Amino acid sequence: MKKIKVALAGQPNVGKSSIINSITGARLHVGNFSGVTVEKKEVFIQRDGYEIEIIDLPGIYSLNAYTPEEYVAKHFLFEEDYDLIVNVVDANTLSRNLIFTMQLMDMQKKMILIVNMIDEVEKQGGSVDKEQLEELLGIPVILTSAKEHRGVDEIIDQIIRSHEQPKPKNKIFYDERIEAQIEKIVKVLHKSPHFKDPDYARFIAIRLLDRDEEIYKVIHDLPIFIELHELLGKIYKHLEREFDEESTSDIMSDERYALAKALVMGALKSPPKRISLTDRLDKLLIHPIFGLPIFLFFMWLLFQLTFEIGSIPMEWIDAGFIQMSNLVKAVLPEGAIQSVLADGVIPAVGSIIMFLPNILILFMGINLLEQTGYMARTAFLLDGFMKKFGLQGKAFIPLVSGFGCTVPAYMAARTLKNPTDRIITMLVLGFMSCSARLPVYVLLIGAFFPTSHAGNILFIIYISGAILGLIVAKVLRLVLFKGEPEPFVMEMPPYRFPSMKALAMELWIKAKLFLKKAGTFIAGASMIIWFLSAYPHQPEIEAHYMQKIEAVQDEATKTLLRNEMVAKELEASYLGQIGKTIEPIFEPLGFDWRMSVAVVAGLAAKEVVVSTLATLYAVGEADEQSHTLIQRLRENVSFKAAIALIVIIMIYSPCIAAMSTFWAEVPQWAWRGFYLVYPNVLAWLMAFGVYNILGWMGY
Amino acid sequence: MKSITECSIGCEGIIVRIKAKEPVKGRLFSLGLSKGSELKVLDHTLAKQTWEVESDGTKIALREEEAASIFIEPKGCEA
Ligand SMILES: Nc1nc2c(ncn2[C@@H]2O[C@H](COP(=O)(O)OP(=O)(O)OP(=O)(O)O)[C@@H](O)[C@H]2O)c(=O)[nH]1
Ligand SMILES: [Mg+2]
Repeated sequence: MKKIKVALAGQPNVGKSSIINSITGARLHVGNFSGVTVEKKEVFIQRDGYEIEIIDLPGIYSLNAYTPEEYVAKHFLFEEDYDLIVNVVDANTLSRNLIFTMQLMDMQKKMILIVNMIDEVEKQGGSVDKEQLEELLGIPVILTSAKEHRGVDEIIDQIIRSHEQPKPKNKIFYDERIEAQIEKIVKVLHKSPHFKDPDYARFIAIRLLDRDEEIYKVIHDLPIFIELHELLGKIYKHLEREFDEESTSDIMSDERYALAKALVMGALKSPPKRISLTDRLDKLLIHPIFGLPIFLFFMWLLFQLTFEIGSIPMEWIDAGFIQMSNLVKAVLPEGAIQSVLADGVIPAVGSIIMFLPNILILFMGINLLEQTGYMARTAFLLDGFMKKFGLQGKAFIPLVSGFGCTVPAYMAARTLKNPTDRIITMLVLGFMSCSARLPVYVLLIGAFFPTSHAGNILFIIYISGAILGLIVAKVLRLVLFKGEPEPFVMEMPPYRFPSMKALAMELWIKAKLFLKKAGTFIAGASMIIWFLSAYPHQPEIEAHYMQKIEAVQDEATKTLLRNEMVAKELEASYLGQIGKTIEPIFEPLGFDWRMSVAVVAGLAAKEVVVSTLATLYAVGEADEQSHTLIQRLRENVSFKAAIALIVIIMIYSPCIAAMSTFWAEVPQWAWRGFYLVYPNVLAWLMAFGVYNILGWMGY
Repeated sequence: MKSITECSIGCEGIIVRIKAKEPVKGRLFSLGLSKGSELKVLDHTLAKQTWEVESDGTKIALREEEAASIFIEPKGCEA
């Protein structure tokens, strides 16, 4: 099959990912702020005997890339092989988008222009003249609305058509004084075999006038460099004097700005100016005084709902799994298989799935934050506050994503330009409790706090994690990374009504992933835990106790003895031995060996903490289904140890998936090593402190 | 001519000068802030550390330092 490779490029938040979703039915992540897509993603579609590969690139404001995720896009555009560029622009902000379009057109590749969000412009009474734009730019133009699925199907037809036809002639020319200098540079470039192609040479010449340092590095190693360097020096000086500007890059910018203005003048009928919904909402939501309290209220509400609504179906789910486990016991013959299912896998998986509703509510909150455009406002509101801790407002976006899952949050840190800001943010991201830790918190809160306060306690846990993160960021900034945080310049998108379809889809994907994880990873882990806790068999212990049990008559004593036997057996198991070995580490925190094992197992994934506790406290009792895990915890764990456990979970290393993402994103060995050690040490110290303070307070 | 940080909320004008250094200058430019474009001051936080401006339909948040480097010729706003 013939292949066409298409690069989808454009400024951030113009709807690139939405367009791919709407053409292909893909499920790329979409959100109403800049920097949602931070890594390129390929999507394939077949049509008319072609296999078309569309690459969704991170949004990029200009070819003079700024942040790491923009470099991903720039490198793709400059270095990869592809057949054509599809450039998406936002009809609402056409003129600044067209400035980037002209930079792309300088590349002299086949190109299609997509003017997206046309629905919003038209609703306000404006319009875009497609024919006029095509005429002026000399490339095909399609008006679309990814939201209303308008015009998007034309895109694929146009891709095929453009691919089959020759590239139309370039229509973008600059001021003749600039063109004359471009010509001179091209002449020198032609002397090198690399730049024989006149289109490519023109592009390189323009990039040199744009002061693109990467291009400069490329020519630096060529034999023509000396001649070129001398020529460029003269040209820079000449043009700067001629145009009375500081740098040729400013001259090029002014040129494109003027061209874009002219284009918009011809092709856009602007909507009449009026006070928009966004303006009115912002009057309140980012009000100098009320803005922050409103934000805190939203966060509080989210955790309140997470706990309150999430706990409604919890008991049914729990009861369901207990039933299932009893059913297995009734149906299967007694033995290892019955036991591994009824005592190992089913309670463990059940103990996790119970929390699915909580997790979905949390993700719903984060998704709404992303979709409405409020996310960018929180960055604005908190920038001053974050600055005190040596970070900048934009860092707040990955931090908030961290409440959902740490993995995409590490990726989102790419939107921070300054490597120092980025590494500090990534080092403290683990303190933003992810949704996988939610089950542990909800379980422990349920066991040790009155229900009426549960939502507040949850809120406090999350906020303390965030505050700790900020303090650690400050310390890191003071000790390891001197210097100022990067400048804060960020686009504030208009508010958009969240798409219920996108929300439902997101929750569906999250639920599927969660159930899959519970059914595979968690089930597997709990099976291992069960085997380790059931073997080796202890015939002596059993024989010893059986004798005793036979000897007594009283039923109560019999039960007591039976429980003691099971507990002794568990302690002698492999897991018991492991637990005893690591117990000394956790003893100062008041943990018994079972909690110690659960904490260590939680390094694989935080849900495993709960499932391990469920297994260990279940097999530790003869009469297994009579108690809920919550009751068992109350009987076995002290209040201060429970709080110490919460503190540990809050701070220590995140799961394996998150750790490997960190490793992939941070190449320096020193940071990798530091990252593996310090959260665990800090977690232990903090838990130790809290445990002892609570002790002094008389708990 | 005065810098944005000297303006109050609601102030409007034409940008006459951007003193920021590269690469911030380039970034501001690609967001549509350039000599000759219109600009309106929309908001600032309580401590005036972070500002929001609007130009040609784009709303932009920036820090005091960056805001102070943008100069406008105000029209129709008090003091
Ligand atoms: N009204 C309207 N909204 C749209 C349209 N297309 C996208 N959106 C919204 O615009 C926002 C940005 O969409 P994305 O697809 O994430 O934009 P992107 O270009 O991929 O953004 P980055 O990945 O950050 O570069 C989302 O809130 C979308 O719901 C459209 O045609 N009309
Ligand atoms: Mg995207």
